Amino acid sequence: MVASTAWVAIAVAVPLLAALASLWQGRWTALIVAVLAIPGSLLANVGVVWTVFELGVHRHPVGGWGAPLGIDLHVDGLAAAFLALLALIAAVITVHMLVDPDMRALSPRRRSLFWSLWYLVWGALAAMFVSGDAFNIYVTLELATLAGVILVSFGHGTTALFASMRYLLLGTFGALSYVLGVALLYGDTGTLDLALMAERIGSGAAPVVAAGLVTVGLAVKAALVPLHVWLPPAHASAPAGVSAILSALVVKAGFYLMVRFWFGPFVQLDGATWTVLGILGAVGVVWGSLCAIRQERLKLLIAYSTVAQVGYLFLLFPLVAGGAHAAAWSGAHYLALSHAAAKAAAFLAAGNILTSQGDDRLSMIARAARHHHLSLLAFGLAGATLMGLPPSGGFLAKWLLVTAAVDTGQWWWAAVLIAGGILAAIYVYRVVRLAYVTSPAEPPGSTGPPRPPGLLPVPMVAILAALALALLSVVLGFASAMPLRLLEIGMPAVVPPEPEPGR
Amino acid sequence: MTGGAWLPVSVVLSSFLTGIFIFFLREDQLVLRSFLNLSGTVLKLGLCILLLWGVAQGFVFTFRLPLGAGLDLVLFADPLALQFVLLSAGLWLVTTVYAIAYMEGSPERSRFFGYFSLCVTATTGIALAGNLLTFVIFYEFLTLATYPLVVHTGTKEALRAGRTYLIYTIGGGMLLFIGAVWLHGLIGTVSFGPVPALAGTDLPRGVLIAIFWLMAGGLAVKAAMVPVHGWLPTAMVAPAPVSALLHAVAVVKAGVFGLFRLVYDVYGIDLARAPEMTGVLAVVAAVTIVYGSLRALRESDIKKRLAYSTVSQLSYIALGIAVGGPLATVGALAHLVHQGLMKITLFFCAGRLAETHGIHKVHELAGIGRRMPVTMTAFTIAALGMMGLPPVAGFISKWYLAMGGLQTGDDWVLLVLIASSVLNAAYFLPPLYVAWFSRPAAGAEPQARPMPGWVDWGLLVPPVITASLALAAGAVAALPISPLAWAEVIVALRYFPVTEPAP
Repeated sequence: MVASTAWVAIAVAVPLLAALASLWQGRWTALIVAVLAIPGSLLANVGVVWTVFELGVHRHPVGGWGAPLGIDLHVDGLAAAFLALLALIAAVITVHMLVDPDMRALSPRRRSLFWSLWYLVWGALAAMFVSGDAFNIYVTLELATLAGVILVSFGHGTTALFASMRYLLLGTFGALSYVLGVALLYGDTGTLDLALMAERIGSGAAPVVAAGLVTVGLAVKAALVPLHVWLPPAHASAPAGVSAILSALVVKAGFYLMVRFWFGPFVQLDGATWTVLGILGAVGVVWGSLCAIRQERLKLLIAYSTVAQVGYLFLLFPLVAGGAHAAAWSGAHYLALSHAAAKAAAFLAAGNILTSQGDDRLSMIARAARHHHLSLLAFGLAGATLMGLPPSGGFLAKWLLVTAAVDTGQWWWAAVLIAGGILAAIYVYRVVRLAYVTSPAEPPGSTGPPRPPGLLPVPMVAILAALALALLSVVLGFASAMPLRLLEIGMPAVVPPEPEPGR
Repeated sequence: MTGGAWLPVSVVLSSFLTGIFIFFLREDQLVLRSFLNLSGTVLKLGLCILLLWGVAQGFVFTFRLPLGAGLDLVLFADPLALQFVLLSAGLWLVTTVYAIAYMEGSPERSRFFGYFSLCVTATTGIALAGNLLTFVIFYEFLTLATYPLVVHTGTKEALRAGRTYLIYTIGGGMLLFIGAVWLHGLIGTVSFGPVPALAGTDLPRGVLIAIFWLMAGGLAVKAAMVPVHGWLPTAMVAPAPVSALLHAVAVVKAGVFGLFRLVYDVYGIDLARAPEMTGVLAVVAAVTIVYGSLRALRESDIKKRLAYSTVSQLSYIALGIAVGGPLATVGALAHLVHQGLMKITLFFCAGRLAETHGIHKVHELAGIGRRMPVTMTAFTIAALGMMGLPPVAGFISKWYLAMGGLQTGDDWVLLVLIASSVLNAAYFLPPLYVAWFSRPAAGAEPQARPMPGWVDWGLLVPPVITASLALAAGAVAALPISPLAWAEVIVALRYFPVTEPAP
C-alpha cells in the first residue's frame, strides 16, 4: 500500500461517481455499481488510514489547486476513522438493500433515483468528514440532509411523508442558522478555512453570536435535545437501510462538526457553553432512554435510543472543559464509532422483522419471535454496545469516558453515563426477552410452533448483514488498539477556558 | 521461563468457538452437537491440564492484547487462576454429559448449548484474568451469557426470574464497574498476582474504603450474599444442569473468586484487614450463612432448599477470605472446590429425581432410596459433606475455617460454624431420612417415567463421579494433588512470599 494524499480524493469520489452512475436505469445497474463501488471505496479507505499512520495529519489539494482557490481535503485521525467506518457500514447496508424485498419492489425509475440519492448521502458525508472549509461543510451537510429527506419519503405510507416533511423543515432551519453563523464569521475573519479562522477570530459580539448560530444549526442536525423532535419519526418510518445510515452516521455528522468548530475556531470563546452542551447531552441521555422504554414499536424504540446515545457524545465538551482530555476525546469518538456499527445493525435487524411480518409492534413480534431469532440476536449483540456492557466497543468507550469523569472529579457526568447504561439495559431487555417467550399454544416438548400465517421469508443475506454489523460493534471491543491510536493522531492539544466564576 | 501466550487464549477460545458453531446447528443434529460439545470440553480440560503442567514446571504464561489508550486485556495462569479454571473445566465436562441427557427431546437445544459454552468461556476468562479490566469484561459477559440459560424454558415464571437476575447482576456489575474505573484512574493498571496492586499506597483511607465497598458490593451480588441474594432462589426455574452450573461453578463462584482477588491481589490482606472493610464483610458473610440455612429449613421444594443452602455455603468462602489469616483462607479456597463438587452432585441428583420420577418435594422422596440406591447414595454423600461430616470434603473446609477463626482471634467464627452445621443437619437429614427409611403411602409410590437407556445413564454417571470426587477430596486431603494442598500453595504465595535472589 502506497501512502499518498490522493487516497482521500478517491474515497470521496467513488460514492459520488456511483451516485451518477446509478441514474442510468438498467436492470443490473444497482448490482454493477455496488460491485464496483464497495471494493473501490474500501480499498481507498484502507489507503487513507495507511496514509494517516505514515504521514500524520495531511491535506490534499483537489486537482492540484489548493486553498484558497481550490478545495483542500483535510485529513486527520478523526476524519480517517469516521471515513473508514462510513465506508464499512455503508457497504454492508448497500448489500442489505440490494436484497431487501421492499427495494426490489420499486419501479425502475424510483429505484434508480433511490440508489442515486443513497450514494449521494454516502459521498456527501465522506466529503464532509474531510472538509476543512466552513462553506464546503455547508454544501455537503445540506446535500446529505436533502438526499436523506427524500430517502425517508421512500418509506411506507403517509407517516413517512409527514416525517420527511418535518425533517426537511427542521433541517432547513438548522442549515439557515448555520449559514448565518458562517457569514458572520466570514465577516469577522475574512476566511472560510477553519484553521485560518481559528487564528484570526477576534473577541467581541460577532464571534459569540456566530458561535451560537452555528451551534444551534449543528445541534439540529445532531438531534441534541430539545432539537431532536424530527429524528424519531423520520428514522422510524424510513426504509431499513436509510434508517440505518441516518442513525449511524448522518446524525453523528452534526456532532462531528460541532467538535471541529468548538475545538477549532471557537475554542477560546466561552467556557460556559461547554457545560451547557454537556447538560443538554445529559438531558438527551435520560429523556431519550425514557422515551425508548415507553415505545411500543421497535423502530421508534431504536430511534429514541439514538437520541439518548447522541447525548453521551456531547459529554465530551464538559469533560474536556473540566480538565480531562485524551480519555474523553478517545472515549467519546470511540463511542460514536461503536454506536454507528451497533445502531446500523439494530435498524437492519428491525427492518428484517418488519419486512417479514409487516408490523414492528413488540407485542406482534412476540408471537413469532422464534422465527426472528437471528435478527433478535443481532439486536442483542448491538444492545451490548448501547448498554455499554462487554464484549463491545461501547464498553471500552464507556470505560474511557467514566475514567475521564472520575479522574477529574466530575462525578456528575459519571453518574449520567451509568444511569444511561441502566436505562439502555431496560429498553434492550424489552426487545431481547421476546426471543425467549414461549407462546401459550405451544405444547412443551415441541420443536417450535408452526410458522404463523402471513410471515414473509427474509433473504439470508439481509439477516447476515445485520449480524455482520452487530459483530463489528463487538469486535470493536477487542480490536481497539488501532482505531484508538488513529483517533489520537491530530488530536487538538488545546485546553479550553474555564467557565468564568459566577456564570 | 516464558510459556506460549497461545495456551491461556486457547483455554478461553476452546469453548467460545464451540459455542459459536453450535448456534448454527439444526435442532435435529444431535450427534454432531453432542460431539462438538464433548470435544470442546475435553479439549478445554486437556489444555487446562497442560497449563497446570507448564506452571508446575515453572513456565509463566501471559497473553496480552493491547486495547489502546493504555488498556490491556491480559490472561495469565497463576496458581489461583489454575484452581478455578480446572474446577470449571472439570465440572463443565460432567455437566455437559448430564445436560446432553437432560435436554434430550426438549426444544431449542442448539441455542441452549451455544450459550452453555459461552457461559464457560466467560468463567474461564474470569479465572485467567490477569488484571482488573479483564476481570470486569468477563464478569459482565458472564451476566449476558447466563441470562438466556435462566429463561430457557420461556415460561412466565422463567422470564420473571430472568428479569430479577438481570436487575441484580447488572446493578452489581455497575457498582463493580465504577469501583474498577475509579481505582484504575487513581493507580493505573491493576494487575493481579501475589504482590497487591495497592501495596504501599498513600491514597486517602476514605477513598480506599469507598472503592472497596463499590467492588465488594458488586461482587457480593453474584456471590449471593444477604441482602443481594434474591436472584438465586428465583433462578431455580432454569433447567437442572443450569442450576447445577450457576450454583457450583459459574456465577456464584465468579463472585467469591473476585472477592479473593479484591482482598488479596488488589488491596492486600494487610490493607484490607480493617473493621470498615473485611470486618464488615465477615459479619455480612456470617449473617448470610445463618440466614441461608434458616430459609433452607422452611422450603419444602428440593431445588429451593438446595438454593438457600447455596446462599449459605457460598458465604463460608467469603467468611474465610474476610476473616483472613492463612488457615481461614486455605479453608475458603478449599471450599471453593469442595462446595462445587458437593453442590453439583446434589443438583444432579435432584434433576435426576425430577426427570425420572417427577419428584420435586421433600415428602415425595419416601421410599426412593430403594428404587434409586445409587443416586441416593451420591446425594447422601454430598449432603453429609455439606453438614461437615468426615471424611467428605466439607469437613476439611469447616475444620480449616474454624482453625483460621481461632488463629486470628475471631472466636465467634466457631459459633457461626457450629450453628450453621446444626442447621445444615436440620435441613439435610429429613430428606435423607424420608428417602431411605420412610415408606410411601399406598398408591402414592413414585412412578418411573420411561426414557431411553442412554439418557438414564447420562443422568446417573455424572453425580456418581462428582460424589466420588467429593469423597476423595476429603479422604486424600493430605496428598499434594488435593484441592486443599493447592489452596495451601496459593495462600503461601501471599503470606510467605519467596524473595527471588538478586541476579
